[in-house]
Amino acid sequence: MNAAARLRNPRNVELGMLVFSLVIAMAAYASVGLAHDGQLPAGMVGYGAGLGVLFLAAHLTLRRFARDADPVLLPSVTLINGLGLAIIHRLDLAAADRATRLGIDAPSAAAPPQLTWTAVGVILFVVVLVGVRDHRVLQRFTYTAMLAGLGLLLLPLVPGIGTTINGARIWIRVAGFSFQPGELAKICLLVFFAGYLVVKRDVLALASRRVAGVDLPRARDLGPILVAWAASLAVLVFERDLGTSLLFFGVFVALLYVATERLSWLLIGLGLFASGSFVAWSLFSHVQDRVDIWLHAFAPDNVGDSSYQLVQGLFGMGTGGILGKGLGQGRPDIVPYANTDFIIAAVGEELGLTGLMALLVIYGIIVQRGLRTSIAVRDAFGKLLAAGLAFSLALQVFVVVGGVTRLIPLTGLTMPFLSYGGSSLVSNWVLIALLLRISDAARRPAPTPSASLQDARTQVVRL
Amino acid sequence: MSELTLTIIRLGFLAVLWLFVITAVSVMRSDLFGRRVAPRPSGKKAAAAPTAKNARPVKEAKPPKPAKGKRGVPSSLVVTQGALSGTTVRLAESAVTLGRSQDSTIVLDDDYVSSRHARVFPRDGQWFVEDLGSTNGTYLDRTKVSGAMPVKIGMPIRIGKTVVELRK
Repeated sequence: MNAAARLRNPRNVELGMLVFSLVIAMAAYASVGLAHDGQLPAGMVGYGAGLGVLFLAAHLTLRRFARDADPVLLPSVTLINGLGLAIIHRLDLAAADRATRLGIDAPSAAAPPQLTWTAVGVILFVVVLVGVRDHRVLQRFTYTAMLAGLGLLLLPLVPGIGTTINGARIWIRVAGFSFQPGELAKICLLVFFAGYLVVKRDVLALASRRVAGVDLPRARDLGPILVAWAASLAVLVFERDLGTSLLFFGVFVALLYVATERLSWLLIGLGLFASGSFVAWSLFSHVQDRVDIWLHAFAPDNVGDSSYQLVQGLFGMGTGGILGKGLGQGRPDIVPYANTDFIIAAVGEELGLTGLMALLVIYGIIVQRGLRTSIAVRDAFGKLLAAGLAFSLALQVFVVVGGVTRLIPLTGLTMPFLSYGGSSLVSNWVLIALLLRISDAARRPAPTPSASLQDARTQVVRL
Repeated sequence: MSELTLTIIRLGFLAVLWLFVITAVSVMRSDLFGRRVAPRPSGKKAAAAPTAKNARPVKEAKPPKPAKGKRGVPSSLVVTQGALSGTTVRLAESAVTLGRSQDSTIVLDDDYVSSRHARVFPRDGQWFVEDLGSTNGTYLDRTKVSGAMPVKIGMPIRIGKTVVELRK
């Protein structure tokens, strides 16, 4: 292999960028320590080595099992994950300071478990890449995936293992571990949507009546979208989880559009969404609360009470300004749940608009790589699955950032890879593994045909 | 830590963050605008191309040795031409079906292909191709397939606009 070819090998590019992202993650960790204690954090070498080994393992898996996969995805993900770890660690320090000031016991730190979950995520990433050699295999499990997905989604409702935390019943607690099965359900349901729509898309796309310039589907073809709509409303009603409900329905409508190329599905989806939101708003107090917080965040009655979190997040980002206060120098800990739902506010305060924009661009890059994979891959199932995986990430980022910046009502989803939370982190690593698997198939160079074919003559009859 | 040092660290970190973004974007540029592809040595076309107007000497990759006639057990079925070109299917003990219907191993979205078009299957360590009563027929190398015909590694099997072959 000559030098140019070696340079163009996607895995070498990836390794270079991976080292870069590791350096940034370590720099974030170091600057938190420098700002907080005035010296480099003690466990820095061990931490860096651990993180390096994890990411190197992921890289070597790709080198062995997905040679042609996209080189940008893994470094982008590791960067966000590393940055998230540093910010969570920084919030731990702030919580510990507060505890010493008040003379109470420090709350348990969140960064070490997050690091453990990162390790679990990378292990599952490797398992998926080694176990699923060809993404088309997943198509065989279309209906199994549906059952698994719905089962996981409903699991928190089972009495005994399901627990309610902060009003949402989306957790299960088994043997001391709590887990959000909805995060894994997302991936299962994406596999189902893709597998189902590949088979049914001709019917959904072609049988239609034209009304006022828009192709409307027949009434009986509305079945699937109505089922998805009802299911996401059920999640909203019984688990009181706005975010998952929105994500679930949004991804289904988007995939329906990708599969059929019919604008009418988007219009129908938006119509159903609007009516569903209105019904939910008029019937359920927790939805009304969210809308009230969103519309009247600065109302005197709300500021110290229900909208405290949102308003403190906004003040935090305002304090950060363009360039930010610097890692470890702001007060992001004032915002309740700063390390999960409101981690974006912490990034906005300490890294400023500049840092937040960089982070959003990196999310944008991940989504673009996913959609690009979807365009490039040859089989229809892979196209739909890649588009679904990428779009679900995009929608999740939009919903979280939109909620924190008061563009839309708060819904309580986690920022993929950034927020504290094992279930989200682990399932997003699985999601990226699937995306890389599809991307490997999409970017594999076409084999050269045998020479003898050139003179072949065949007669083709079209009937 | 002095204020100045912290400010430098703060701005430096942001700069490095953006440097990462720029690096990622520059890597992505290559497939937004396409990368230069060395001409593929494929029969007449490639033989004519370098003599035409290619002033720049192109270092040609060595063409892969034709696998014709080589004995051995094929391990994969590769699509070499058509919409799915580049797709590979790992061969196991079971047959590979090709056609337009969704339950085929390789689903061909092509008007010239029947829903159950052809089947490639192993028997006694040898792979065979069999036409399943398709409208337009299946061609092995240059002969129309009738009954089950043994397939050697590297022999092209033509189905509509798609060509597949067995690889080691």
